[in-house]
Amino acid sequence: MSILKTEGLTKKFGKFTALDGINIEVKPGEVYGFIGPNGAGKSTTIRILLGILKATDGRAEIFGEDVWKQAVELHKRIAYVPGDVNLWPNLTGGEVIDLFTKLRGGNNKNKREELIEKFKLDPTKKCRTYSKGNRQKVALVSAFSSDADLYILDEPTSGLDPLMEQVFQEMVKDVKKEGKSVLLSSHILSEVEKLCDSVGIIREGKIIESGSLEAMRHLTRTHILVKTKNSIPSLENYQGVHEVERTEQGISMQVDTEEMDAVMKHISESGILKLESAPPTLEDLFMRHYEHKAETGAGGES
Amino acid sequence: MSLLSTSRNTLQLTRLIMRRDRIRIPLWLIGITFFTLIVPVAYEEMYGSDQERQGMAETMGNPAMTAMVGPGNLENYTVGAMTSHQMLLLTAVVVGLMNILLVNRHTRVDEEEGRIELIRSLPVGRMANVNATMLILAITNILLALINGFGLYALGIESMNLEGSLLYGAALGGAGIVFAGITAVFAQLSESSRGAAGYSIAVLLIAYLIRAVGDVSNETLSMISPLGWVSKTEAYWNNNWWPVLLMLGVSVIIFIFAGYLNSIRDLGAGFFPARLGRTNASAFLQSPLGHALRLQRGGIIAWAIAMLVLGLSYGSVMGDLEVFFSDNDMIAEILVQEEGFTLTEQFIPMLMMVMGILGAVPPVMAMLKIYGEEKKNRLEQILASSVSRTKLLASYFLIAVVNGFIMVSLSAIGLWAAGTAVMDEPFYFDKVYGAGIVYYPATLVLIGLAVLLIGYLPKFSSFVWLYLFYSFIVLYLGGMLDLPEWLGRMSPYGYIPQLPVEDMEWMPIVILSIIAAVLIIAGFIGYNRRDMEG
Ligand SMILES: Nc1ncnc2c1ncn2[C@@H]1O[C@H](COP(=O)(O)OP(=O)(O)OP(=O)(O)O)[C@@H](O)[C@H]1O
Ligand SMILES: [Mg+2]
Repeated sequence: MSILKTEGLTKKFGKFTALDGINIEVKPGEVYGFIGPNGAGKSTTIRILLGILKATDGRAEIFGEDVWKQAVELHKRIAYVPGDVNLWPNLTGGEVIDLFTKLRGGNNKNKREELIEKFKLDPTKKCRTYSKGNRQKVALVSAFSSDADLYILDEPTSGLDPLMEQVFQEMVKDVKKEGKSVLLSSHILSEVEKLCDSVGIIREGKIIESGSLEAMRHLTRTHILVKTKNSIPSLENYQGVHEVERTEQGISMQVDTEEMDAVMKHISESGILKLESAPPTLEDLFMRHYEHKAETGAGGES
Repeated sequence: MSLLSTSRNTLQLTRLIMRRDRIRIPLWLIGITFFTLIVPVAYEEMYGSDQERQGMAETMGNPAMTAMVGPGNLENYTVGAMTSHQMLLLTAVVVGLMNILLVNRHTRVDEEEGRIELIRSLPVGRMANVNATMLILAITNILLALINGFGLYALGIESMNLEGSLLYGAALGGAGIVFAGITAVFAQLSESSRGAAGYSIAVLLIAYLIRAVGDVSNETLSMISPLGWVSKTEAYWNNNWWPVLLMLGVSVIIFIFAGYLNSIRDLGAGFFPARLGRTNASAFLQSPLGHALRLQRGGIIAWAIAMLVLGLSYGSVMGDLEVFFSDNDMIAEILVQEEGFTLTEQFIPMLMMVMGILGAVPPVMAMLKIYGEEKKNRLEQILASSVSRTKLLASYFLIAVVNGFIMVSLSAIGLWAAGTAVMDEPFYFDKVYGAGIVYYPATLVLIGLAVLLIGYLPKFSSFVWLYLFYSFIVLYLGGMLDLPEWLGRMSPYGYIPQLPVEDMEWMPIVILSIIAAVLIIAGFIGYNRRDMEG
């Protein structure tokens, strides 16, 4: 059984189609990375999952229940942190955290204190005077001190400093250890890479790639840095070879995984002096999809 | 989904609103109650005898006054009758405004700021926030009704019995609840908090105007205005309770409608279509002045229409007034005070005073807008570009100044135009226009005060509203209550000659202009020196 599942989720704002048949699935104990360029539809998807927006079409279920119809019941088991946290100017951070705890119906004083400590948050200050990062910490403390089974995080670290970012990553790892699930939307790919088991890439309202990070890496390209005795003939035009760059250290390129064997054979004919390979980073994966459009456009010319 | 689950945690949110407004709501209640209670006490002092009261009744018994304050029990003009005639409608408008501002604050404003999103991600029902807001406003209005009702009775004035007093309070509370509901509906329909407040205030104004026209010429017309219902209670006279029941019934329907709209719409969305804007800023928009103007465009246009309509409405009563005087020789005799004026012209100063002060609202809003932008951290980016603070402040200032001029001009033109259309002996344009524009220097002082506060004590800039409100109350009531002169002299509007009945005096105009200039210059200096907030 999956914790969270959407099928053909579609959302239209007037004539504009923000989401166009989104399918995602988060399994128990999994951290799911949700990435995509600005305006791709991540926040819209998340708002539908929270029952704040109503889907135009398709299904969305959490713990097997409809997200719109059972919103209130579901929210008892969900914790949410938005990227842009706005709070009531004349309430203190501590008051807001308590308010959220009360609304949730739980009570976890120890966890609250521990998290406030960890995030170095001053809960006695009025929200008016908090910086962006501090407002975010209020939401994070409130989310992670709850006993949720699913954490939905929409760019939760966009205002945190690197130290706090680390604290955040520990929190995520902790809840994962407890067997809970996380949906994490983020533009910080290194964060996603460190934390996530699966990734879904969304662009213009469509999921264009999804699966485990491992599997995805297989589908994509490997970085190769190579130095050869002789120059490699017609390397640029060789099938499966991309972004060839000649530097002092040698030739750097990216090679499609499925063409790796052929490319290697071809290169080795020129006499390899040095060979380094690196797995593709999420960034490569991502860039490839982001630039997809530009590439196909340029493809016609070359 | 059951009603129970869509309303889950309503009480917790109610508590949150109480916590946030624990000062704001009591202040409103104290302020309104204070005005309600002080007036009959003053009447009791000044109009002790039947004769004095009947004299007052005669000056009040004409269409112009009816348009302004509604119908009253002029045959038996007791202190109670006077209070409900002259104060009830005006106070109901203030109560309506209170409800509009409070409801908007807890619905659309919170939604726009993204706070509702956080709340909604918790196990909180979809309608809980609207319900909580309505609950708070219902409690607030009930409290208002009881405090005012029992308060009036406690004054121990003979003509103010318990039933009339409670009805008076209930009429205020009832009007408040109706406007709370109307605002709740617009908070769903509109896509912004500015829109929600704007539409609601427009309805308040229209409700006032409809009943003004209705009370003068057509009773049934007044029946479609919630403010018309307020007058229909006829407190301390016929004591009709049905309008209060009507208000409550209508509110329940409006509340349910607002809740329904809330439950079917997306968070952040409205029902009125939002238009797409242009891709590129026009050259004008790229200047600070153009930018500031663009931000306020909609509001300025709406206010301009409102001022014109207000002028037209008052002007349209002038025909009735003329007929009234020609039919009532006796009253005409009493009223003759000054040679060389028609009787109708004597009402111009009073109407102009109302419009002059009301016309100061949009320019003050335009001026305070710069601080609103500052608080939302939107000025930083503009100031970080090569725009100086002086230039930025000057842009908003210029808009405020021109805005003030246009508003008072439009109301005067409206009064003249409608008056000309309906009267046998129409006003001269320059007389009417002069009587209006003469208020402009006082408005400049208000704008100057706003600039000064923005320059030095921006946190207290809303003080200007208090001062404007004070001016209105003191001058509006000043005539009726015979308030000490110094009270009126605390307001710049107290120095304005009452054209065309009084002679033009240049001295106060010059002095007010100088004061305005000093305030403005000081404000600019301060603005260049202080920290920006964010
Ligand atoms: N209420 C709305 N009305 C109209 N269009 C909307 C609305 N909300 C979102 N959109 C549009 O839907 C698209 C998806 O927006 P969304 O906020 O989901 O993007 P996102 O992936 O979260 O982007 P970012 O990375 O910048 O946060 C955007 O094109 C946005 O303009
Ligand atoms: Mg987003």
